Amino acid sequence: MLKQCEGSHAVAETVALCRPEVICAYPISPQTHIVEGLSEMVRDGTLLNCEFINVESEFAAMSVAIGASAAGARAYTATASQGLLYMAEAVWNASGLGLPIVMTLANRAIGAPINIWNDHTDSMSMRDSGWIQLFAETNQDAADLHIQAFRLSEEVSLPIMVCMDGFILTHAYEGVDIPSQEQVDAYLPPYEPRQVLDPSEPVSIGAMVGPEAFAEVRYLAHAKQMQALGLIPELAAEFRQSFGRDSGGLVRCYRLEDADTAVVALGSVLGTIKDTVDDLHEEGHKIGVLGITSYRPFPINAIRDALQKVRRVIVVEKCFAVGIGGIVSRDVRMALRTLPQPIYDVVAGLGGRAITKAALHTLFLDGMAEKLDPVTFLDLDWKAVNRELERERTKRRSGPIAENVLRDIGLVAARIR
Amino acid sequence: MTVTSIKFYQTGTHTVGNRLLDPSLRTVQADMRRTNSLNSGHRACQGCGEALGARYAIDAAMVATDNQLIAANATGCLEVFSTPYPETSWQIPWIHSLFGNTAAVATGIAAAMRVKGRPEVRVIAQGGDGGTTDIGFGCLSGMFERNDDVLYICYDNEAYMNTGVQRSSATPGAARTATTPAVGKEPGNVFGQGKNVPLIAMAHEIPYVATAIVSELRDLEAKVTRAMEFRGARYIHVFVPCPLGWGHASEDTIRIARLAKETGIFPVFAAEHGEVVGVSKIRTKLPVEEYLRPQKRFAHLFSPEPRPGAIARIQALADRNIRRFGLVDGGTL
Repeated sequence: MLKQCEGSHAVAETVALCRPEVICAYPISPQTHIVEGLSEMVRDGTLLNCEFINVESEFAAMSVAIGASAAGARAYTATASQGLLYMAEAVWNASGLGLPIVMTLANRAIGAPINIWNDHTDSMSMRDSGWIQLFAETNQDAADLHIQAFRLSEEVSLPIMVCMDGFILTHAYEGVDIPSQEQVDAYLPPYEPRQVLDPSEPVSIGAMVGPEAFAEVRYLAHAKQMQALGLIPELAAEFRQSFGRDSGGLVRCYRLEDADTAVVALGSVLGTIKDTVDDLHEEGHKIGVLGITSYRPFPINAIRDALQKVRRVIVVEKCFAVGIGGIVSRDVRMALRTLPQPIYDVVAGLGGRAITKAALHTLFLDGMAEKLDPVTFLDLDWKAVNRELERERTKRRSGPIAENVLRDIGLVAARIR
Repeated sequence: MTVTSIKFYQTGTHTVGNRLLDPSLRTVQADMRRTNSLNSGHRACQGCGEALGARYAIDAAMVATDNQLIAANATGCLEVFSTPYPETSWQIPWIHSLFGNTAAVATGIAAAMRVKGRPEVRVIAQGGDGGTTDIGFGCLSGMFERNDDVLYICYDNEAYMNTGVQRSSATPGAARTATTPAVGKEPGNVFGQGKNVPLIAMAHEIPYVATAIVSELRDLEAKVTRAMEFRGARYIHVFVPCPLGWGHASEDTIRIARLAKETGIFPVFAAEHGEVVGVSKIRTKLPVEEYLRPQKRFAHLFSPEPRPGAIARIQALADRNIRRFGLVDGGTL
């Protein structure tokens, strides 16, 4: 049923339709509305056969999910940013144990400086943790990806993070088609665990593994993600058949058929990028877009196939690896390693900095003219950066960086175009 | 636990053979049907107090739950010595996740059992003092305050033994550990630090809190059995000497444990809903030197020159326990 609702609400309703049996919640912005919605549904009886547990930390949230999943229950939680880092040890443990937990990640920057707004640094910090990571472009996508995530997670027995941009998606009201319980039940069978704690058939889970078998166990986690590379398109096709719309898949191409330039990105910024690309087409430019839905496993073949005919690639990413540059761009480079195209890396939208059509328009024109540096920091205030660098050059006790920069910049509201 | 009057045929001991007791009071371990939940062949050190405590506790829990038991285990000696891959000594469904999250993992298991309509399956979480009083304390307190249906058992050997005997918040004053070496003006662990987790557990007003000691294994069994009569969060803190970390002979584990109780160093009690309901009385009160002397971790208190000041501080702590919990009949010292 089509509903005008908040993204978090759409996700909460959809997750409830997936019949989670244990939900653990710890508040952190911007995911709070999701678990609030679920707690209400458990309390008022909309969501039956579900234990909703208010835990004392994100570390506990993931740990409760681990216990619940290992005992055969479908487990769900949601977090963001510092919360994901605080649960990091348990995040790796869940994937190492091969437990199919689904978690919504309302993408948010990581401090210091503390910042509640959107970028992808949090999910990128866990990109090698063994979790499957799916990125939503719209709220419809976010809702639909959860249904596919439970199915995929349980088929390969790996945990999945559904990443949706904090505030930009979680707090945006738009029309979302919420499926019926019958539709979801037909798509998502009950959880049948591969391993379960059961007194009638005792097993030990989580034994110490030495050099004699550790590499094999780790490789099998990789092998399962490689299996997921095949399953993700199949599940998306089945989803289209059952629900009548496209969602999921490994990558999504937009106007790439005859493009000379391809823009690669993840998440909600794809909307702005597509609008900008439409404008550029009207101006006669051959430019297309590749959206990556499955960031882990990383669809190397699908990306190479989609990009092999373009002349250049611009990767716009809301994250970066301090000390080297882009994160997504390095993975894209891996996919294109046998091809000659230049890859321009653009770090944009950190800590919620708006990525505007105007800025993208200029950026793409520069890219098409081969005028971009290997790494570009979109809309970076070089004046503020250089003032602080100068301060540090001239004064030993130069003071706290963030506070210095804020003082230099002054009022910020007027800066958002 | 019911008290039965029996006649001692042996003198000089406080032990009594099962055959002298009513069959209902006999130990779980003496029963041919004991489950050996922590089976033989594991790799604990000779004389390991933790292996002994865990074996008695889990077998008693198995009887109390009609074998419907799942255990979550913190990282630590018990986890490492019982499950070097691909072997496992556990005859029950058992999971090890991390060092600091065992109480939360158990909460998840208990929630799964509830939602799956299997209330007869009970959950135990277990860990050492490091995994309980230090790194796992947040999750432990969370599990307590939510009153989740989990029995948490802490096997307290007063330091991080698995990593090589480092200080924990359960390490007593003056004890030598690898991070509180017996050097300098005040050798060993400092006084006035550490936390009393049984009392903190009681402050959560959970249904059942008890301490136990491996020299009174029947008492440990009875406490596990009693704990399983409650629903909600329960905590048992078992004092388990560690020959390796404490530097005592491996055949002295039981004797050291008994001395800890008889000196008042470790009070053995039970509490229900935040109130103490029973203590295990000291039979023959002994000075703390008797307990300290056989342990190398306290050797610097006796040589090269004696440190009566430190010993007096330890004696004062033991005397405080005796007063606080009424460990000596008549209350006089």
